[in-house]
Amino acid sequence: MDNESLATLIKNRFPDAFVDFSIFLNELTLVVKRESISEIAGFLKENEDLEFNFLSDLCGVDRVESNGVFEVVYHLYSLSKNHRVRLKVYIPSNEPRVSTVTHVWKTANWHEREAYDMFGIQFDGHPDLRKILMPDEFKGHPLRKDYPIDGRQPATLREIYRKDEA
Amino acid sequence: MGLESHLGDNILTTTVNTMVNWARKSALWPMPFGLACCAIEMMAAVAPRFDLARFGAEVFRFSPRQSDLMIVAGTLTYKMASVARKIYDQMPEPKWVIAMGACAISGGVFNTYSVVQGLDQVIPVDVYLPGCPPRPEALIHAIMEIQKKIEKESVRHG
Amino acid sequence: MTAAIQTTTHIMTINMGPQHPSTHGVLRLLLELDGETITKAIPHVGFLHRGVEKLAEYKTYHQCIPLTDRLDYVAPFSNNLAYVLAVEKLMGIELPERAQHIRVLICELTRISSHLLWLATHALDIGAMTVFFYCFRERETIYDIFEMVSGARMNLSYIRVGGVSRDLPGGFMEKTRRFVMEFPSRLDEYETLLTENPIWKKRTVGVGIISAEDAIDYGLSGPSLRGSGVNWDIRKAEPYSGYDKYHFSVPLGKNGDVYDRYSVRMEEMRQSNSIVHQALNILPKGDIIARIPNITLPPKEDVETNMESMIQHFKIIIEGIKPPKGEVYFSIEAPKGELGFYIVSDGSSRPYRLKIRPPSFVNLEALPKMVEGRLLPDVVATIGSLDIVLGEIDR
Repeated sequence: MDNESLATLIKNRFPDAFVDFSIFLNELTLVVKRESISEIAGFLKENEDLEFNFLSDLCGVDRVESNGVFEVVYHLYSLSKNHRVRLKVYIPSNEPRVSTVTHVWKTANWHEREAYDMFGIQFDGHPDLRKILMPDEFKGHPLRKDYPIDGRQPATLREIYRKDEA
Repeated sequence: MGLESHLGDNILTTTVNTMVNWARKSALWPMPFGLACCAIEMMAAVAPRFDLARFGAEVFRFSPRQSDLMIVAGTLTYKMASVARKIYDQMPEPKWVIAMGACAISGGVFNTYSVVQGLDQVIPVDVYLPGCPPRPEALIHAIMEIQKKIEKESVRHG
Repeated sequence: MTAAIQTTTHIMTINMGPQHPSTHGVLRLLLELDGETITKAIPHVGFLHRGVEKLAEYKTYHQCIPLTDRLDYVAPFSNNLAYVLAVEKLMGIELPERAQHIRVLICELTRISSHLLWLATHALDIGAMTVFFYCFRERETIYDIFEMVSGARMNLSYIRVGGVSRDLPGGFMEKTRRFVMEFPSRLDEYETLLTENPIWKKRTVGVGIISAEDAIDYGLSGPSLRGSGVNWDIRKAEPYSGYDKYHFSVPLGKNGDVYDRYSVRMEEMRQSNSIVHQALNILPKGDIIARIPNITLPPKEDVETNMESMIQHFKIIIEGIKPPKGEVYFSIEAPKGELGFYIVSDGSSRPYRLKIRPPSFVNLEALPKMVEGRLLPDVVATIGSLDIVLGEIDR
């Protein structure tokens, strides 16, 4: 299925949830409303013509400065049909939450944990949403644009120093 | 020497320091604290071409209790720092540390929120080994520098 | 005394790593054990999180290349390639023939060296020490070739946007040809040590099983997915860098156990060796980098003799290249699976966002599924068979 007809299919099937689509460098990007992401994800996986059974990647993008939103980007691939699509939702920065897709693709589990850790995006319904890369004591979300690149938090080190002094 | 001529052909005399240091430097047991890329070159140093065994330091022990030379190979992050310190503390005295690679020395290219900018913020370092990653020959050189350092030590001060 | 002896069992939690010889770096596993049976396994990652994705936002597109080396440091060239292909797609750059073939050639050598390290450590974990020494012998030869080409043993950074940094040096063809001729017999040598070895089979057959459906659901890719019998290789499905010009087959497993993943990787090394051989034979003459003013670096000879070229070189290095506004996702078949780069460009000389899709990160996620209900020693075998590298898991 080519990009245009895929976009039209989704647009007709979910007229209320569909926001926008674009094709750049032959890559299709579908933007949908965040309330319906889990429904649309399920449809993309189950539909016989689409069969997006493989979630390649899931990540956040910080667009707070320009648009006041975080984007959550899903890269889907179909092993049987050999095509790809990029799915996107915008979530407002003052209420960064979106429902999980872990029930559609199990692999989303760690990806969502990473997006939570790096951007502070809450995934409703996630079975085990906790930090994955940063230490538990770490405050803030390092991949947000307002987090400084050298914002080191040597709290874990302080204990070591205390030991040295003793 | 006069004394040895009295003791016969089979006895050599030396100082306690020289003998203990000789024993220590000739059988270093490294504790490979492999963190990142440098660990691969550390493995290469043990492998056939470079053969660290020629310098008596091939017995890699993953248990800190059995080893006396800690080779920290790779990027140390804040999440890992307390582990590094704990392992260093578990090693029995006397012990030495090699900071292998640019990351262990200074954080290297990773001047970021999660990387400790130098292993010496956490544990004392004896030899800094630059490179990204250093070649196995360079690691051997670093171990030889440790051996030189051991030669100068005194048993009394441990 | 006839008092009844009361016995109780309780679940014991043990900690494996982050400093453990067979976790391949700094992985930490929390294992809940009932006797020696694992009831629950919880991986903890992030001990090598270096902030590469954040750092990339502060670097120009060319400066990001050395950062990608240090992701999967066992196969640095594959990372360079995936990243640069994403940038090239974003900018619409066409490559000269010769550059394409050189990339494929080095990429497949990298795959061999990565698989050799996997085999060395995997066998060492299970107790076959000789294999470790054998594999490192061949790795050193490959490292010699890399050193001839790029000047570095490990982190090559040999690729540039639009081509490669310099042409293949004299003596390269002979040395590589000798390696290619010799390597199949070396592989036979490893196989005599392992493939029919009863101890090896006891430790690997039927261990760490994952079914094809589960493997897809967990997003496994690369040899770990093909071990379960799913035929998906990006080199075949979405050919890049001219892989469609090469003849090779994609080995598949059946049961999705450790042994199948072992067999798949062994056969992949043979296939890669054949691709290297083909590349050596068809390597055409010509440019090694596309000549597009102000986008690709001019050849070194020109920079040294021609004022124009020198100014161009200087501008590209200092100011960086500016791709159009937009976003691109590009993935390749790295030795460990689908390695993808998602670049969001805002039209400036630095990426607005660089997301790396590391195969090991996703493959590791399926570990609890594979080991729960199995015995403790199986964890070691299963981790080895997934071929994880913490550098790209934690980034």
